[in-house]
Amino acid sequence: MVYKAVVIGTSTGGMAALGEVLHALPRNFPLPILIVQHISSRSDGFIVRYLNELSAIRVKEADEKEQIEAGCAYISPPNYHMMLDQDSCIALSVDSKVSYARPSIDVLFETAADVLREGLIGVILTGANSDGSKGIAAIKKRGGIAIVQDPATAEAEAMPGYAIKAAQVDYVLSLKNIGAKLIEIVGV
Amino acid sequence: MKQDFNEISLQNEDIEIMLLLEAIFIKYGYDFRGYSQAHIKRRILRRKELLGLSSVLEMISRVLDDRSFFDTLMMDFSINVTEMFRDPGFYKQFRSEVVPILRTYPYLRIWHAGCSSGEEVYSMAILLKEENLYEKAQIYATDFNEDVLENAKEGILSIDALKEYTYNYQLSGGLSSFSDYYIAKYDSAIIEPSLKKKIIFADHNLVTDGVFGEMHVVLCRNVMIYFGKALQSKVTGLFYDSLCNGGFLCLGTKESLKFTEYEKYFECFSEEYKIYRKKFKA
Ligand SMILES: C[S@@+](CC[C@H](N)C(=O)[O-])C[C@H]1O[C@@H](n2cnc3c(N)ncnc32)[C@H](O)[C@@H]1O
Repeated sequence: MVYKAVVIGTSTGGMAALGEVLHALPRNFPLPILIVQHISSRSDGFIVRYLNELSAIRVKEADEKEQIEAGCAYISPPNYHMMLDQDSCIALSVDSKVSYARPSIDVLFETAADVLREGLIGVILTGANSDGSKGIAAIKKRGGIAIVQDPATAEAEAMPGYAIKAAQVDYVLSLKNIGAKLIEIVGV
Repeated sequence: MKQDFNEISLQNEDIEIMLLLEAIFIKYGYDFRGYSQAHIKRRILRRKELLGLSSVLEMISRVLDDRSFFDTLMMDFSINVTEMFRDPGFYKQFRSEVVPILRTYPYLRIWHAGCSSGEEVYSMAILLKEENLYEKAQIYATDFNEDVLENAKEGILSIDALKEYTYNYQLSGGLSSFSDYYIAKYDSAIIEPSLKKKIIFADHNLVTDGVFGEMHVVLCRNVMIYFGKALQSKVTGLFYDSLCNGGFLCLGTKESLKFTEYEKYFECFSEEYKIYRKKFKA
């Protein structure tokens, strides 16, 4: 298979949306998933426990320098940017905020697109700002796949709206259909 | 996910970045070759974009000809973001668990490696003062970025951040009021001068400089996250050599020794706050 990883970005309304997408994936989902959810810098990891409970795949907070593996979802820790490094390890950073956010979706998407090129699938879900649109453009520029939640079905429509404007995205889908599309693309 | 070397097709841009780092090392002696590639590449491409240059190659001739352009890149590479009492829980843990052990030493040598503009050092100074350990301590605060070291010596705090710092201080188990430790002017705040008494600020590059004394505590927080794995191991070795038996190594809360060769030489003292203790020789 040409695909090597999925990246997902979301903000307002993201916890429920992520829940729905991850819940749809089977335990043997053959790719690693890297997730940025905008979250308060003092949050306590509740979202990781919550998503891990309801998913068949494993969901964990990303550790610095950890090698990403299939069937596991890695969530960026609050107050750190998450990047994918050349050797497919996670690199964290306390660099300044990017588009008012840390973690920033663009930072994850751009670095992952740089390493995995056409092997990357990017997903933008509900959110109330424009973070992620540069990242989606970077993924498309390198020949990866872009999936965006249909703004009409999103709790906050701005983020999917900006993403759709930023690049020729491949699929605009309701939440329910995003998990199914991921499964179809990777063929489990 | 690991690829064979043959399968990796280096893009021209990646090759140019390697050459740029080589040029910087040869010309200026600062070695960024072992840093995290994602980090360095992002910074270089951002700078290229800001300057409207068409390739990284152009940056090479520029950095060779122009010292001030090197200074710019140096600033780009050394992320200086810091706070007073960053990760308050760490200071709380340090106060309750490490301080009682430090009390048993006749004097204390503490090294902040990668201290940036000093906020972490002054936080520790406040903590030691409140625990009556400051007078027997010698604090070394080092960084390889001379500009931020100058700021650190001045001890100027951002007015905008004072509220956040005050909150951090309270969460960290502070015994007094944070406002006791700075003098507010109308547009800035400056650290209470007596906190500087036992601090020596010095230029030190973790990649190329060596051990400079035996320490009871080394703090290197949010510095090695910018290093690749091999360099992390090497620098952890430097800390190992710098610590006395039973000495403490404190990393950032999202860092760990897990991926270094030195894990087995340290005992994990606080898993949550990444405090390690050098094992006593058997
Ligand atoms: C993100 S700041 C961390 C500041 C502080 N320790 C904290 O946690 O808030 C990283 C610092 O490491 C310094 N640094 C990076 N590489 C270094 C090296 N090779 N030697 C010494 N300092 C270095 C940078 O200049 C920067 O000030």
